[in-house]
Amino acid sequence: MEILEFENVSVVYPGNVEALKKVSLTIKEGEFVVIVGLSGAGKSTLLRTVNRLVEPTEGIIRIGGRDITKLNKKELKKMRAQIGMIFQNFNLVNRSRVVRNVLAGRLSYVPTWRTMLGMFPLKDKEIALSALERVRIGEKANVRADHLSGGQQQRVGIARALAQQPQIILADEPVASLDPPTSHAVMKDLRRINKEDNITTLVNLHFIDLAQEYGERIIGLRDGELVFDGPASEVDEGVFEEIYGRSITDDDLRGGTQVAPREEG
Amino acid sequence: MKINWQLFRRIVNLAVILGVIIWSMEGMNINLERIARGIPSIGNIIKLMFPPDMDFFSRSLSAMMESIQIAVIGTTIAAILAFPISFLSAAKIGVPFSVVFLAKQILNAIRTFPELILGIFFVASYGPGPLAGVMAIGINSIGMLGKLNSEIVETIDRGPIEALEASGSNRAEVFLYAIFPQVLPQFLATALYRFELNLRAATVLGLVGAGGIGVILLQSLQFRRWPVVGMSLLIIIVVVTIIDYTSAYIRKRIT
Amino acid sequence: MPQGKKVKAQKVARVFWVDRLKKLGALVIIAFIYIWSARGVGFSLLEIIRELPSFFSLLGEMIPPNWAYSRRLIAPLVETIQIAILGSFFGAILTIPLTLLAANNVTRNKYIYFFAKGLMNIFRTIPELLYAAILVAGIGLGAFSGMLAITIFSTVVIAKLTSESLEAISYGPLEALQAVGGNKLQMIRYAVVPQILPAYTSYSLYVFEINIRVSTVLGLVGAGGIGVPLQTSLNLFRYQNASMIILVTFILVMAIDYASTKLREVLV
Repeated sequence: MEILEFENVSVVYPGNVEALKKVSLTIKEGEFVVIVGLSGAGKSTLLRTVNRLVEPTEGIIRIGGRDITKLNKKELKKMRAQIGMIFQNFNLVNRSRVVRNVLAGRLSYVPTWRTMLGMFPLKDKEIALSALERVRIGEKANVRADHLSGGQQQRVGIARALAQQPQIILADEPVASLDPPTSHAVMKDLRRINKEDNITTLVNLHFIDLAQEYGERIIGLRDGELVFDGPASEVDEGVFEEIYGRSITDDDLRGGTQVAPREEG
Repeated sequence: MKINWQLFRRIVNLAVILGVIIWSMEGMNINLERIARGIPSIGNIIKLMFPPDMDFFSRSLSAMMESIQIAVIGTTIAAILAFPISFLSAAKIGVPFSVVFLAKQILNAIRTFPELILGIFFVASYGPGPLAGVMAIGINSIGMLGKLNSEIVETIDRGPIEALEASGSNRAEVFLYAIFPQVLPQFLATALYRFELNLRAATVLGLVGAGGIGVILLQSLQFRRWPVVGMSLLIIIVVVTIIDYTSAYIRKRIT
Repeated sequence: MPQGKKVKAQKVARVFWVDRLKKLGALVIIAFIYIWSARGVGFSLLEIIRELPSFFSLLGEMIPPNWAYSRRLIAPLVETIQIAILGSFFGAILTIPLTLLAANNVTRNKYIYFFAKGLMNIFRTIPELLYAAILVAGIGLGAFSGMLAITIFSTVVIAKLTSESLEAISYGPLEALQAVGGNKLQMIRYAVVPQILPAYTSYSLYVFEINIRVSTVLGLVGAGGIGVPLQTSLNLFRYQNASMIILVTFILVMAIDYASTKLREVLV
């Protein structure tokens, strides 16, 4: 069943910068899609149109068959609550404890008067803590976010998205700030959650080896245009060179061991 | 002939400074002889203060406690009043430019207004006593707290804000869960720092009748009761030192 | 939807309990301080609000400022500037030996070092205006007492800031001079002074800016400057004269801040 549909979606930024050019694609429920392309190719923009952090200039985006480009403010918030997002720089509140950061994923499900007083229902606290356990850092709940290593911080980011109990997870360059072994660990976590919970997952990557290893389906963007869409098994170096518009270099590879240490730092 | 410009500039600078100093000394009718007599008289005053009058220990101490209380309440009032202004005067967080500009100007004006003059006004309208001191400190400190806090707001990490917006949180939630926790410890730290300054101000405000240990100093200075002055100064030195260290320790812990 | 193992309520309680206990402890201490302080100062919101109109009517009486009075303010204004200049200047000179004694890389004798640091910290706890009030009582009314008060304050503040910079200088140049057989004075002159001079100048100017603000209110305790006519106007309820004084004080402070910034660019 299709969960996400793009129909001729374009984004033009102020100053006439065309970030997306008439992109059309369909994503099925439970798919694990990796979007590749050079920086500036429109990966981030594409991801952000799904939850309308970036407003599409034209075209239609449907989630579960419903056009989301026309939603009013209230409906938009409700829709965003169903979509988890993971960021390159984790976007955690450094000074807050891990559990606070994860609870932030429950904000849109809890009445505002409760969140203002910090009185989360027991059910939501349980959801937050089990989200942490699922990324194997349950024991860090009471630690300040900035006392964790980069990999652990990104797992808090994943836990925050999981706490939303989302239908879709958007991950924008989730491993770009991490070292190779940690990158593999985080990608494995994303893949595992995708399989276990059947959450449709879209991941932006610019490392082609990670894309090949973890992606089921690969979408290639070049200058805001969709230039490739197919299963990962069909992708080889030639396809990447086509997407990148140049030959592949070592910088395009994350490399590193694929067996990540269970706990780092 | 080759002119050494660097040397020339130095000589000019020195001459200007020297000229200004001589002009000032002339104007104030100060000569070296007066200075030579003045410095020993400072030593003489200190000598007169010893031994400090122990009978005034408890009175001075409780007056010093009042100074602390004035500083605590005054700083708190200022912190509360400065809180909204800290956001209104912060650029780059979506407040209209004209509002930011106006708020910054108001803060500047408050900052240049001397505390002691405010103290006199409040004594005139509220009557002598600690409440006048509280108001003087409470109003005056808004300027500095607002300025420092708005600088803190301007440097927050926008990442968490984006993350919460992406998950459908409303504005109040974004403020409380993404902005507030980032700025709160630093707001507290600036308030504590201002508290250290305000404690000193609260010891002075008594000189214009606004409560605290300054009142005892004013009276004892009027009658040249130097041992009492000595006792009060001793208590100020000890208490201010203790509070400075405690406050600095807390500031380090929370930021 | 997630099917991860369910977290036990016990664990939830533990994670959030620690947090609550900490918060509670802090709250109790803070509440105690506030109750103690509010009772001590006789804090009453009602009274604050009730008396606010009289405060504002007092401010109202200051408008408009008595422009004609400004002519009589030139002499005290000049005196205010002179007090600040001389106080800062003498402070900047007297601070030099204190700075050297209070820097642990210049003064190797522990006792002298701690004595100098201690002296500095003790003098720093007392505000300038208290010095002024004390000196007025001890030496007499007038600008001279104000200037001495500012001198004392400037000496310790510049010494504190500069000695901290001095303790952080690099040792390379010192070693180099040692290697060519320079004596202690030569080392200070050619390796220490050049490194420390910019900081010293900059702190002196900073203290000068503070001193201008202080010297505008010195008169309130009888220590000269523009505060003297201010005190008189307030005592005689001549509020329009007072507001004129406050206005020129504002202008003076801003002008000096501007001049000091320019001077900083030239000197530092």
